[in-house]
Amino acid sequence: MKRYLLPLAVFLVLAGFLAVGLNRDPHEIPSPLVDKPAPAFNLPRVDDPMQMISTQDLRGQVWLLNVWASWCVACRQEHPLLVELARTGAIKVYGLNYKDKREDALGLLRKSGDPYVKSVSDTEGLVGIDYGVYGVPETFVIDKQGVIRYKQIGPITAEALRDTLLPLVKKLEAS
Amino acid sequence: MTRRWLISLGLAAASLLISSAAMAVQAPSSSADPALEARVMAVAEELRCLVCQNETIAASHADLAIDLRKQIRTKLAEGQSERQILDFMVERYGDFVLYRPRLSATTVLLWAGPFALLLVGGVVMARTIRARKKQTPAALSEAESARARQLLAQTTSDS
Repeated sequence: MKRYLLPLAVFLVLAGFLAVGLNRDPHEIPSPLVDKPAPAFNLPRVDDPMQMISTQDLRGQVWLLNVWASWCVACRQEHPLLVELARTGAIKVYGLNYKDKREDALGLLRKSGDPYVKSVSDTEGLVGIDYGVYGVPETFVIDKQGVIRYKQIGPITAEALRDTLLPLVKKLEAS
Repeated sequence: MTRRWLISLGLAAASLLISSAAMAVQAPSSSADPALEARVMAVAEELRCLVCQNETIAASHADLAIDLRKQIRTKLAEGQSERQILDFMVERYGDFVLYRPRLSATTVLLWAGPFALLLVGGVVMARTIRARKKQTPAALSEAESARARQLLAQTTSDS
């Protein structure tokens, strides 16, 4: 009986690792930017390209940076949720309009509603690279000191909002 | 007959055209400097495309890969070293972006794990062999030796 104990233990450990591995989404790669200062940008506003918004302007508040594009199908999934969120005013959401045409972006905001305090244009996708964006939509939670505290990869779901994002923002605002 | 030949010739020409067009798409937007381009591709070979995770940035057609190749090109042209560019990518996308992850506290298991397993396996094997060697075979019982003698006698008489 004892001789089977070791192989059984090895099997259980292996099965445990594989079970965890199977339940993970390989597309969700942990960002090295979490708990690091948010990369600085100074970008033109989508609604008024003559006006610029920089990360410096956003200091002292907790905000979300939502990377979106009109061509991005998954963004449409989270869009109604963001519009709903904007209505409650619980979180300030800024949009990073990633590799998009300005007219297309404006068109989408007109049609589906504009959940953003402001959106800025990252036409070349260079700021996107600075933020390690590899699949739109992505959302960063940035605290009052300008440090990234969380990264949501893929569309924000109602559960993610309720269980992760809202409590985190509340906590950061209190600190 | 000739018409069929003409059609197949036309098809061949068309497929050649299409494939050369596809080749043109595949080639990264080339700069004037082939030496620089070779260096760009050498760096891009080291990097994983995060959109299609089993491709390198050099091989991938994803938009992001094209942008990142552009970044590599710009940075090399600015005189940055390969090491600096790889650092730049790791800062943004993490260790996973490297096909040959660096040795660090989080990757030490990845690098040392197989060797550790090999060592454990070797030790277990050596111990098993040694234990087996020490075992002296039990002496044959009377009945067994009689049976052995009988078998031996059989084989010698057969041949």
